[in-house]
Amino acid sequence: MPDQLLLAVLVGLPFAGALVAMLLPTHARDAAGWLAGGVTLVALALVWVAYPTVSLGGVLRAEIGWMPTLGLDLSLRLDGFAWLFAGLIAGIGFLVVLYARYYMSREDPVPRFFAFLLAFMGSMMGVVLSGNLIQLVFFWELTSLFSFLLIGYWHHTQAARDGARMALTVTAMGGLALFAGVLVLGQIVGSYDLDRVLAAGDVIRAHRFYEPMLVLILLGALTKSAQFPFHFWLPHAMAAPTPVSAYLHSATLVKAGVFLMARLWPVLAGTDAWFWIVGGAGLITLLIGAYIAIFQHDLKGLLAYSTISHLGLITLLLGLNSDLAMVAAIFHILNHAAFKASLFMAAGIIDHETGTRDIRRLSGLNRSMPFTARLALVASAAMAGVPLLNGFISKEMFFAEALTAQGPFATPLGLLPLFAMLASAFAVTYSLRFLHGAFFGPDPVDLPQTPHEPAAWMRFPVEILVLACIMVGVLPAATIGPFLDMGARAVLGDATPVYSLSIWHGFNLPLVMSIIALVGGVLLYLALQRYLQSGREGVPLLRGIEGRRLFERTMVFLSWRLARTLEGLLGTRRLQQQLRLTMGVAVFAAGWAVWHRGFFQGNVPATPVDPVIALVWLVGAGCALGAAWMAKYHRLAALILLGGAGLVVCITYVWFSAPDLAVTQLLVEVVTTVLLLLGLRWLPKRLGAGAGSPVEVVSLSRRLRDLALAIAAGGGMAALAYGVMTRLPPELLADQFLARAYTEGGGTNVVNVILVDFRGFDTLGEIAVLAAVALTVFALLRRFRPAPDSVDLPEQQREQRDHDVADPRRQDGDTVSDWLLVPSVITRMLFPVFGVVAVYLLLRGHDLPGGGFAAGLTLSIAFLLQYMICGADWLEARMVLRPLRWIGFGLLLATLTGAAAWLFGLPFLTTYFAYADLGWLGRLPMASALIFDIGIFALVVGSTVLMLIALAHQSIRGHRAAARPLAKLRATPSSAPSQTAPASPGAGGV
Amino acid sequence: MELVVALGIGVLTGSGMWLLLRPRTFQVIMGLSLLSYAVNLFIFSTGGLRTGLAPVLEPGAVGSLANHADPLPQALVLTAIVISFATTALFLVVLIASRGLTGTDHVDGRERER
Repeated sequence: MPDQLLLAVLVGLPFAGALVAMLLPTHARDAAGWLAGGVTLVALALVWVAYPTVSLGGVLRAEIGWMPTLGLDLSLRLDGFAWLFAGLIAGIGFLVVLYARYYMSREDPVPRFFAFLLAFMGSMMGVVLSGNLIQLVFFWELTSLFSFLLIGYWHHTQAARDGARMALTVTAMGGLALFAGVLVLGQIVGSYDLDRVLAAGDVIRAHRFYEPMLVLILLGALTKSAQFPFHFWLPHAMAAPTPVSAYLHSATLVKAGVFLMARLWPVLAGTDAWFWIVGGAGLITLLIGAYIAIFQHDLKGLLAYSTISHLGLITLLLGLNSDLAMVAAIFHILNHAAFKASLFMAAGIIDHETGTRDIRRLSGLNRSMPFTARLALVASAAMAGVPLLNGFISKEMFFAEALTAQGPFATPLGLLPLFAMLASAFAVTYSLRFLHGAFFGPDPVDLPQTPHEPAAWMRFPVEILVLACIMVGVLPAATIGPFLDMGARAVLGDATPVYSLSIWHGFNLPLVMSIIALVGGVLLYLALQRYLQSGREGVPLLRGIEGRRLFERTMVFLSWRLARTLEGLLGTRRLQQQLRLTMGVAVFAAGWAVWHRGFFQGNVPATPVDPVIALVWLVGAGCALGAAWMAKYHRLAALILLGGAGLVVCITYVWFSAPDLAVTQLLVEVVTTVLLLLGLRWLPKRLGAGAGSPVEVVSLSRRLRDLALAIAAGGGMAALAYGVMTRLPPELLADQFLARAYTEGGGTNVVNVILVDFRGFDTLGEIAVLAAVALTVFALLRRFRPAPDSVDLPEQQREQRDHDVADPRRQDGDTVSDWLLVPSVITRMLFPVFGVVAVYLLLRGHDLPGGGFAAGLTLSIAFLLQYMICGADWLEARMVLRPLRWIGFGLLLATLTGAAAWLFGLPFLTTYFAYADLGWLGRLPMASALIFDIGIFALVVGSTVLMLIALAHQSIRGHRAAARPLAKLRATPSSAPSQTAPASPGAGGV
Repeated sequence: MELVVALGIGVLTGSGMWLLLRPRTFQVIMGLSLLSYAVNLFIFSTGGLRTGLAPVLEPGAVGSLANHADPLPQALVLTAIVISFATTALFLVVLIASRGLTGTDHVDGRERER
């Protein structure tokens, strides 16, 4: 199998498996189990296939091109050290999957569990196989994410949510620090390639950025490996299902930290900074973790703190800057994975079969589950470092290293053996507690379930791991020797020291220390019996200090108090303030640019002022100012004045040779005015303030400020416009359009040709926006509830009704139906004329001013007029309009016209055109752009009508809403009108 | 001529800006409309203000800027007119919905505390 494929599959397969598992039905427990088991077995087999190459010192490499121009490739690399980890990940992964299949309950959504587990496994594989540091950080963050999901798997419990969040916060923050550190490292070396980084140790250590880079990278590694002072997240992660704990905290997640430290050990270690930070953190963690573990009442809590302690041991070994300590560290990584995974699984079995993990309640399980008890006995003995088990050998190596450690300060190093012995004694004590508390003593009383042996296959993974502990402990050189040697050589290269893996090294100092630790641990356990049986919570001497509380306080401060304060200081929720700031910045930026660059005279002389246009604009300016003045208390007047300003703009377009714009502007003006008129109905009454009422000082100053801002903006805009108008660039894009409009677009109306042909894609996007807006309006108004004071009939309609009621000769509603009788007749007669004009505008659009937009607006206005004059009820009884279909048809037609070009092998929206001779009708341009324009036309009609009808219908609904209390009074609940059914114009009934 | 139109754009912008900063939603919608007039005119004016030019080509002919109006700003403004209509409509409906929901027509959805 080629290396490239092997490595890609090794990383990719777990992710693929996760995807498949995710798609399985929620309770497909067996299918998910088989899938996950299969994937992990294949991964394990692949790791084994790679062994022959790697064992000879070879390195498997794979470069999978991704963005070669940016130098970003997927780079995978498998050497001896990575192989050890890949083996752990796949091997323990398989055992965990097998165990989880029996551990997870039938009620849990097991496929989701396996999906997360596999994805996590893929991320871990990615971390250990990365040949590029950035890529390593990426997978590193993925492990944080998936461990978050795994820890929070039982997300219905508070503990799981909190634990998951804490783990993610701590490890992801570390991940960010690591990312920063890796970036610095990459800058120092000049490459992110692992091989090149590993070859540049001297450069790195001598660089002036070495210390900051080291601190950042170690922040990542130490948080991940739960080292002091970041250790507090790990015990809370015990809220996860036990298979997750067994996997994450023995072989994978927390080992990623030590993996990274070991991986970069050749280039980062060897300095005092490394010694103090790594060694210090490791030593403190080793001692504190072991000490706290003794006083845990939860089996998994005890194992969690013991994990912290053992990771501290590994970290300490890495921090000692000695090659032999490095070998010991790798050895202990393997040993710890074996015995800790089996112990977690044993704790899970106890939990699963008895219903509790509390040591104070458990007792004497030796009788009910003897086989599990034997397995746990061996595993915890390995954890305690009892001879003939794997933990003993790596502990002896640790003692030897502690005795011979060399560093900058002799005194603290002299105490190191003492600390090592102390921690080892603690380990004996908590191992005893685990074993004795759960399995020995009197029979348990009052357990949630009657304990019994678990299913054989659930115990099988524990058996395998315990067997490994014994094999390695008895025959270290024959079993683990070659692998350890391979891993050490991959890290240390030629500097790999000579070491001995035999059990018996003679009666030497480390052995004496071991014996003292063993005896001391047993004595300590006996001495603590009374205290432990009192069942008190908390840890003596450390009761007040809790990492969790500190963490939570920090989080509350950062995410709540500080955020609130900053928001109060720097932000505002008030729209006026936001707009004021935005505009202030815009005005300031423009002023700044002028200040620095100056305002030069343009290259085109200004044309003389025409008195007519000056007069028109005098009116226009008056209208604009009037609208601004009136908009608060006289909305209708303001609306009329706005229309006046719009007309002036329209005249300006005509004046300066833009008939297309003038037509569109005029039509839009009409539609907008109608729209706003319809909206006026729903606004609150606002009567002008009394003439003599005093204006508040605050309000006055605010207005003056706004006035200054408005004048500055207006003046600036005028200056800018003048500046632009008196400049002519030497070459304009317009020349191209003018030259090609007829020859290549087949139309003489250049503006329309640009819209439907040259820039057809923009127009397609634009009509899509229009359709989206119309649908949004429609959707918003479906759920509309008018304000209470706007629900009543308007005064005018009330008077009309009263008039009808008062006069015995008139029926209720006569006045409304007689309303504007003559205009309504004329309007009905004009309707076909509007239609003809619309079609005319549409058809001639390619050659003369007009086009789909103008035509669509014209037809919409025809409909609007009918609605306004005849009333919605009258019209809808006689005419069926389906605006949603118009929209859909228009969008579809426009898109299909564009797509039709593909049939001829041309790019999207390429136009075809020809001229059809229709005899006396003349030559009609037949461009495919016309079909596109018809699509625009239909969409504009549909959108405009949909919006306006939706608004118009609010009045009808408002009346119904007003009528409802009356209907209720008449006590006919069944006949109460439903609120939404008839009032939706798109629902078909309109 | 340029000066007149430039001043007109300035007045439209100033009025629109003033209204945009007012507390009532109707004022803001008026302000947006005035502002969109100003912006559309500004974009249009980038093509130069020239009177009496042919807006359409002679059939079969190749046009040039010497005797035709600049079509590009016109095409841009044509789309802008339609889009500003759409935004006005959307804003109007948001205005109405917010008024129905909160009972006030203040832009923040609640009256300022005094």
